[in-house]
Amino acid sequence: MTRLLLRGGRLIDPASRHDGVADVLVDGRVVEVGAGLDATGAEVVDCDGLVVCPGLVDLHVHLREPGREDAETIETGSRAAALGGYTAVCPMPNTDPVADNAGVVEMVAARGREVGLVDVFPVGAVTVGQRGGELAELGAMARSAARVDCFSDDGLPIREARLLRLALEYTRAFDAVIADHAQDASLTDGAQMHEGEVSAMLGLAGWPAAAEEMVVARDLLLAELTGGRLHLCHVSTGGAVELIRAARARGVRVTAEAAPHHFALTDEAARSYDPVFKVNPPLREKADVEAVRLGLADGTIDAIATDHAPHAREDKEVEWSTAPPGMLGLETALAVTLTELVGDPSGYLDLATAVERLTAGPARCRRVPGHGGPVAPGAPANLAVFDPAATWTVDRARLASRARNTPFHGRQLLGRVVHTLLRGVFTVRDGQATR
Amino acid sequence: MNKHLLSAADLTAGDITRVLDTAAHLAKVTDRAIKKVPTLRGRTVCNLFFEDSTRTRISFELAAKRLSADVINFSAKGSSVSKGESLKDTAITLEAMGVDAIVIRHGASGAPWRLAEWVEAVVVNAGDGTHEHPTQALLDLYTMRQRFPGFDGLKVAIVGDVLHSRVARSNVLALTTMGAEVTLVAPPTLLPARVETWGAAVSYDLDAVLPKQDVVMMLRVQLERQRAGFFPSLREYARLYGLDARRLDAMADHAIVMHPGPMNRGVEIAAEVADSIERSVIADQVANGISVRMALLYLLLGGPEVAA
Repeated sequence: MTRLLLRGGRLIDPASRHDGVADVLVDGRVVEVGAGLDATGAEVVDCDGLVVCPGLVDLHVHLREPGREDAETIETGSRAAALGGYTAVCPMPNTDPVADNAGVVEMVAARGREVGLVDVFPVGAVTVGQRGGELAELGAMARSAARVDCFSDDGLPIREARLLRLALEYTRAFDAVIADHAQDASLTDGAQMHEGEVSAMLGLAGWPAAAEEMVVARDLLLAELTGGRLHLCHVSTGGAVELIRAARARGVRVTAEAAPHHFALTDEAARSYDPVFKVNPPLREKADVEAVRLGLADGTIDAIATDHAPHAREDKEVEWSTAPPGMLGLETALAVTLTELVGDPSGYLDLATAVERLTAGPARCRRVPGHGGPVAPGAPANLAVFDPAATWTVDRARLASRARNTPFHGRQLLGRVVHTLLRGVFTVRDGQATR
Repeated sequence: MNKHLLSAADLTAGDITRVLDTAAHLAKVTDRAIKKVPTLRGRTVCNLFFEDSTRTRISFELAAKRLSADVINFSAKGSSVSKGESLKDTAITLEAMGVDAIVIRHGASGAPWRLAEWVEAVVVNAGDGTHEHPTQALLDLYTMRQRFPGFDGLKVAIVGDVLHSRVARSNVLALTTMGAEVTLVAPPTLLPARVETWGAAVSYDLDAVLPKQDVVMMLRVQLERQRAGFFPSLREYARLYGLDARRLDAMADHAIVMHPGPMNRGVEIAAEVADSIERSVIADQVANGISVRMALLYLLLGGPEVAA
């Protein structure tokens, strides 16, 4: 293990409320944090002008393995994550086969360890085959080597309220969280994009905000009824933010995430009919974007999660209605956050809060041991170092992800990842993946 | 004019007038014994139809042939498309074969936009999903202009399934561009979200709207909409929104009836209304479709100036 001294960076460590210039000495684990640390026996990494923070944590990714290795693999997705400053990712269970049993979640976690670029914490399915019928063996997944403590039926959300109630109750036994994708199926049958002025003009079937909000309301009531832990995925509407804010105020155990595309893009992007902008839940209106930003600012939304959804090129180079929903996010999330929420002239979040929503915030929503900070002696040295002032232009051809479906191609963004360290080892150095 | 004709929104008032004027010139070709001019000789037009629409395809085919273009008809049924070939591969194939224009009818809204990204050829939207059908709007405007001196202040009611109608979208865009006053009449379930932003008036009451109109355009209503619950029964739909003889009498004496076809006689339009010699211009719409499509192909493929 190489001893490293990260010298002179601005250490933003939300978990310890630290924000100021500090040296960080690491040797696999964090050895010491402080000013003017002795570099003897350590390789010095100059971090002057850079931000040092806990490695980013993504609660919501799709790595497509097993089943769609032509779109992404645990290896390519891990590399994309590391380049994005992440040290931990949580892949959703909608693989083939579905991650609804101990065997699959253990395989995903083991493959993640083998690749070794980020820690992989799988999300298990709530119901067998994500079919919304009977509960999957949640306890077996929780007690497996993968130690799953977060379950979701992802894009096939649980329709039946009784089943969700049971899942929220049952998982109290091992303090797990149920993550729900809030979408009423009957209101979104055949839906192609957000329902509004743009969908009406484009002749594309609409996905009304109410279809998200009514399920958010139901989920919050059931969390309140059961005392179970609820996490709401990719909150995209102003009404949903308002419901969560009110529920938190009355003490409901709920956490929530928002995706960068939902605070950076609107339904206007669909006018191109390019399915790279098709995603579920869909890109919403300006007022929703504003509400999501404010929700992240006041902490109603705990975490920024990418919903990184790689798709093979031929699956997206089709008519809008034929294309699957989903967009890439891992390699652009930090920069989109800095550009849209922190950078001038918006200023929705200060830099320390933005870092919190990408690190300690998600780490609060489920167990990701060793990630999200605090950056304190003895903790694994899972760290990201980024330049908050550097600008770069997104080029889909240069992404590490196997897929190319980024909605930010050609966009100039602020904030570039310089180094990522997993347990004190560079996974990214000077902007390049080390493996 | 833009390179392609994808949406009626792409057309300025000047563009629309130019198309209609050109169509009026070219209509004379149709009146000749030999209905053909050499204008597009050596150019190739492909009719790429992913949906059955015999009347639109034939109209485009006749238009291209009367301009002496070579025409190929590529129907999705029985072609490589039904074997799983993607729209992109079809586009690349046609491009490699050197077609100059592709007329596309597709069940997916926006398909012509995708096609236009993949080919150098001129793309003409002949109807995409529940989105637009700009050449239908142009032939409708041409037909109106035959009966009325101009569009400024012309009162046009569009009645029926506006939500799913490509004819309605393109007509609203073209008519409002030309200064007409459009009223959309439908049950609320068949009106799009935020329709109030379309620059057209909206009514749920056909009887209240009819006496004030110069033009009444009836839209086809499909049985599957009833099955999907947009309205309770075809009988009730016909009673509330169908154009029958009694309602025809309530219209102004000079007002005309239009329908893009194919009609559901007895549902949105009664047989005696459709066949009314004084009021119905439905057959004119079909005839004018050829002239208007000739004009479009001519203008888009950059033929020489029209000899008057």
